Amino acid sequence: MKLTGAQILWESLVREGVTEVFGYPGGAILPAYDALLDYPIRHTLVRHEQGATHMADGYARATGGVGVAVATSGPGATNMVTGIATAMLDSSPIVCITGQVGSRLIGSDAFQEIDITGITLPITKHNYLVTRAEDVAKTVREAFVIAKAGRPGPVLIDITKDAQQASCIFDWDAAAPTIPGWRHAHPIGQEQLARAAALLNAAERPVILAGHGVMISGAMDPLRQLAERAHIPVAVTLLGIGGFPASHPLNLGMMGMHGEAWVNTAIQEADLLLACGMRFDDRVTGNLKTYAPHAKKIHIDIDAAEINKNVRVDAGLIGDLRDVLERLLPAIAVNERAAWAQRIAGVRGDAAVRDIQQLPDDGHLYAAHVINDLWRATTSDTIIVTDVGQHQMWEAQYYHHDAPRSLITSGGLGTMGFAVPAAIGAKRARPDAEVWAIVGDGGFQMTMCELATAVQERLAIKVAIINNGFLGMVRQWQEFFYERRYAATPLSGPDFVKLAESFGIHASAVSIRGEVLPAIADARAHDGPVVIDFRVEQEDTVYPMVPAGADLDAMIRRPNPIAETGAD
Amino acid sequence: MSLHTFAVYVEDRPGVLNRVASLFRRRGFNIHSLAVGHSEIPGVSRMTAVVQTDPGGAQRIQAHLYKLVNVLRVEDITTRPAIVRDLALIKVTADQQTRTSLVQLAHVFNARIVDVAPESIVLEMSGSEAKIDGLLEVLRPYGVLEMVRTGRIAIARGSGAESTERPSGALEVDEGISYSV
Repeated sequence: MKLTGAQILWESLVREGVTEVFGYPGGAILPAYDALLDYPIRHTLVRHEQGATHMADGYARATGGVGVAVATSGPGATNMVTGIATAMLDSSPIVCITGQVGSRLIGSDAFQEIDITGITLPITKHNYLVTRAEDVAKTVREAFVIAKAGRPGPVLIDITKDAQQASCIFDWDAAAPTIPGWRHAHPIGQEQLARAAALLNAAERPVILAGHGVMISGAMDPLRQLAERAHIPVAVTLLGIGGFPASHPLNLGMMGMHGEAWVNTAIQEADLLLACGMRFDDRVTGNLKTYAPHAKKIHIDIDAAEINKNVRVDAGLIGDLRDVLERLLPAIAVNERAAWAQRIAGVRGDAAVRDIQQLPDDGHLYAAHVINDLWRATTSDTIIVTDVGQHQMWEAQYYHHDAPRSLITSGGLGTMGFAVPAAIGAKRARPDAEVWAIVGDGGFQMTMCELATAVQERLAIKVAIINNGFLGMVRQWQEFFYERRYAATPLSGPDFVKLAESFGIHASAVSIRGEVLPAIADARAHDGPVVIDFRVEQEDTVYPMVPAGADLDAMIRRPNPIAETGAD
Repeated sequence: MSLHTFAVYVEDRPGVLNRVASLFRRRGFNIHSLAVGHSEIPGVSRMTAVVQTDPGGAQRIQAHLYKLVNVLRVEDITTRPAIVRDLALIKVTADQQTRTSLVQLAHVFNARIVDVAPESIVLEMSGSEAKIDGLLEVLRPYGVLEMVRTGRIAIARGSGAESTERPSGALEVDEGISYSV
């Protein structure tokens, strides 16, 4: 069968199971777009290529599948860079396809020519420049394998215009991936497992640190079994939220910079840490020199390069988390660990009041309250997509996720502007799920153009803008560390209600507590995209906080155990 | 911190050297020298990379290198018995008065004279970096006009090329899922 490179591209994507792509056309990718009309793949037209990559990312994170983004050469490709880096840092499998100028023009600084494989080299797992139609099918197959395998991540395929236009014989079987550099993991030996189990069984004050790897590997069940059998409390990273049910009695909550005091205290007092698919990021460890000083450390990760990177471990188990935990389970002794449970309960009681619903209404609207109300009003299969900043941390603290993949957020790169497009991608992936984007007024203004995408594609995402008129997290740092010198953090914006309405989107504004739940109910009842502008307290602060580089238990605590926020 | 020597087998494809060099730069490792050429396997190049790092860093370098799709095999041969060589071509000012003594010096250092011109000669020397540095030291007073060095290349001693780290069949096409891509 003779096909053009463009046809082979879509044919290969169809065979890889792709039904949705997110993209933006342009000169160098035109042959591919022309061929797209003949293939059963739905294309979501974005308003900016960064949005396409975040949508592909949101799509991937909502399902565990691979998301696909398409753009043209030059600026189309460079606009993808932030989204690719976001996916790289959060181990999210996406395949980005970019058009490139004709192969004879490469290197000539032709119109819209840019070396996108060079640019994305450090932010992709791998990338390809395809200059012949004959190489398209094999490259797509390899790209999907690489994106998904091991520690997932982004792969970019740059295809020249002439490779899209040329024809060749399409032979799917002959295009089977051959990746000579692949190695099987050294199987983890029994003695390594036994050593880890012995450390674990001997521990009196163990804590499990659960990261994104729990979701990626699908290790929720063995993780839960292990925690329950050995009565080990579980602390989660930001991206680990949902990997262990928030409502589980052994759940401690999020660790790190904005983790609750008892979580970080438990880690600092632990005599053993079992790290599962997490990478000891500086946001979760604080000062490495004083991090968990009494603890032996067991680190399970699929990426050998993560072992001993930030924290020296006593046992490093390299492999698929689910597989390793399942093999470890039989060797784990049942143990009540009553004293440790009692100690943690004690520290918990000492912490600030967390039941935000009981706080008296002083007429101010607090973001934490809005987010907690959203949690009360929605079900556990709701997908929440957050942007980056204060609202992201409040979401992590006050929206209690019981289901895996129910929180999608940019953790590693901390990409503002992520939420709205990623929510669109998540809604595409799971059209029957309720999808909320929680976003600050700063991040929202970075990618709010994608509201038009939601309208055009009839994607009923709900957007909750936590609008405090500040770049809130930066303002908070200025409050704590720069003597309240608010350089470039006060932020104006449009009337978000009018803005949304101009897109044809149902919108409302809320500024008092009593209106929060009715506005959420109204949004849920509306069959289409909704924007709610929550006009919250301007100078509100995320507590507790471990200053960057400080000891993990040197937290800035809530100023008053009753007052949730900085309302003086 | 000390110098670690890695033998890295990579697919002979465009951009692979860039990927390896970029990795060292990106992860903050300082390349002391990097030499690339064909290996004994068609389509496979062999790099000798010398990097200043500690043992933990050396382990992470290996793990990171293995994450590059085009990297086939990595061996840390720092502590293994190995032949280590550097090749230098050195052009030195030489006139009627100095030429004889330069020839004698070359003889002492086991260097070869590969070009003689009216006002200069070119010496070729292979050996350890220290030996070449020694030759250079004594040549300087005569006036070194130009010099080029390959950087370190190394091969382990003995018959077996196999490293204990090497999974069998790593150089064959492997259809299975790996942890390290």
